Amino acid sequence: MAEMLEIRWHGRGGQGAKTASLLMAEAAAAVGKYIQAFPEYGPERMGAPVASYNRISDEPITLHCSVENPQYVAVLDSTFVGSIDFTAGVPDNGVIVINTTETPEEMRPKLNLTNDTIRLFTVDANGISEDCIGRAIPNTPMIGALVKATGVLELEELLEDTKVKLEKKFRSKPEIIEGNLDAIRRAYEEVKGE
Amino acid sequence: MSEVKEMAAKQERQALTGNEAMALAMRQIEPDVVAAYPITPQTEIVQIFSTYVADGLVNTEYVPVESEHSAMSAVVGSAAAGARSMTATSANGLALMWEILYIASGTRLPIVMPVVNRALSGPINIHCDHSDTMGARDSGWIQIFSENAQEAYDNMFQAIRIAEHPDVLLPAMVTTDGFIISHGMEIVNTLDDKTIKDFLGTYKIPRNLLDVDNPITVGPLALQDFYFETKVAQADAMMKAKPVILEIAEEYEKLSGRKYSFFEEYRLDDADVAIVVLGSTAGTAKVVVDNLRKEGIKAGLLKLRVFRPFPYEELKEALKHVDVIGVLDRSDSFASLGGPVFSELRAAMYDMETRPLVTNYVYGLGGRDIDLHMIEQAYRELLEIKETGKVDQYVNYLGVRE
Repeated sequence: MAEMLEIRWHGRGGQGAKTASLLMAEAAAAVGKYIQAFPEYGPERMGAPVASYNRISDEPITLHCSVENPQYVAVLDSTFVGSIDFTAGVPDNGVIVINTTETPEEMRPKLNLTNDTIRLFTVDANGISEDCIGRAIPNTPMIGALVKATGVLELEELLEDTKVKLEKKFRSKPEIIEGNLDAIRRAYEEVKGE
Repeated sequence: MSEVKEMAAKQERQALTGNEAMALAMRQIEPDVVAAYPITPQTEIVQIFSTYVADGLVNTEYVPVESEHSAMSAVVGSAAAGARSMTATSANGLALMWEILYIASGTRLPIVMPVVNRALSGPINIHCDHSDTMGARDSGWIQIFSENAQEAYDNMFQAIRIAEHPDVLLPAMVTTDGFIISHGMEIVNTLDDKTIKDFLGTYKIPRNLLDVDNPITVGPLALQDFYFETKVAQADAMMKAKPVILEIAEEYEKLSGRKYSFFEEYRLDDADVAIVVLGSTAGTAKVVVDNLRKEGIKAGLLKLRVFRPFPYEELKEALKHVDVIGVLDRSDSFASLGGPVFSELRAAMYDMETRPLVTNYVYGLGGRDIDLHMIEQAYRELLEIKETGKVDQYVNYLGVRE
């Protein structure tokens, strides 16, 4: 990794955008990267739009300002289309991954995304999490999809660290751990590019 | 530096938020007493610490109280009784402790308290600025600021040693920037429990209430005849904290490999223009300095770590060669001559033979983002002042809508 990567996560309160950025950071930290993960705090409530961020680098990170030009954007809720411009600030050759049942070709005109260098990916993270975890919590499959679309981490690195983290949190619910790991794997396989 | 690294203890590389790092430091300190009021504006620090108590990881008496005023009162009592005592707070919580902050320092109790810097209401705001801690700058507490989670972690242990040093015996607050550091996850290298325990030693203050063989009076009436002397003794102790801060920083460097002092100088040696700033903004400013240096501009930075005691002699020495200084304050004094860092630094430089020109930027109130462009703008204005030789305006508001 030549330079610092910045990621922006969009979600609604309760979908796990903050947790996604924390898990992403921890997985990158586990393979020796320098990381930051920070949510954008406001008057959060279930369903309200929230954002969360990552910085990932091989060198120590001293920046403590907000992320303006994220190379990668993960959108946990496609109902933002038309109300929140989640393409804002994304530079040339950026990547946007959206949780939707639609294809990238169907999504692109809806986003008014005219910059052809920005690559668009879609994945049905709600469907995957309902199948694997039993609830529409799209954050872990979205990490899998983002990792596939960007190559920012290896899948095995991500699975290994996420397992460790979830084992701490869900000691008494092993089915949740396996479900999340399956969801990451499936999203990694099923994410579609243009 | 390589020698220091060889001497340094083995460390664990962890991804932690600032709050987690400070709570972990508290677990390793394992104070005898922690008192806290568990609701906003309290921090996650004591919430995490309470889980350590519940899980039996620490042998600490945890006292849930009904307000921040009571939290500080409870630790004043336990510290006077001879117990290593801590609490934590933020913003309006610190404001509610006000009365007791002075009693803690006036009673010479070495209480250590993490403070997550957040704006004071109103209007209601929960984001970062330094108004809370700056309001307490004359309360007789040592004040140590942290740039990131690593420094917050490291500063906690050093604060315990500084506060409890027999030449000092003063309370100390260790601050981090609210949300930016407190809720942001970063890499923190942590020391093992035994290394920390050995560094801290056993808590011992010269006199305590429970030492029945040597009875003392705590919190007596001291009117016109003695009050003044106790205040001068406090000022004297604060001055004596200066060599202690350096001595303990050196000792800690041997364990951690990380160097601390009153402030950090970043590319300052040959700087023509420099910014002086506290806290997390220093990290962002370092990137601006590097960018400007690539253009051939001699930009530098001084990150102030210790605000009380204010290291004015050392600051003068470090900044004397700089042509123009911009002081960034994350709090305002409302029509005073600039923010607190600016007015104190500028006053300190008054008797220098050749004085740098100095201007003030008040920024980031209520968590307003301070980005690379804003800091670069400030440096460009310092370069203009260097050209014209004239400071037109003492106080500038950086990043505010006109």
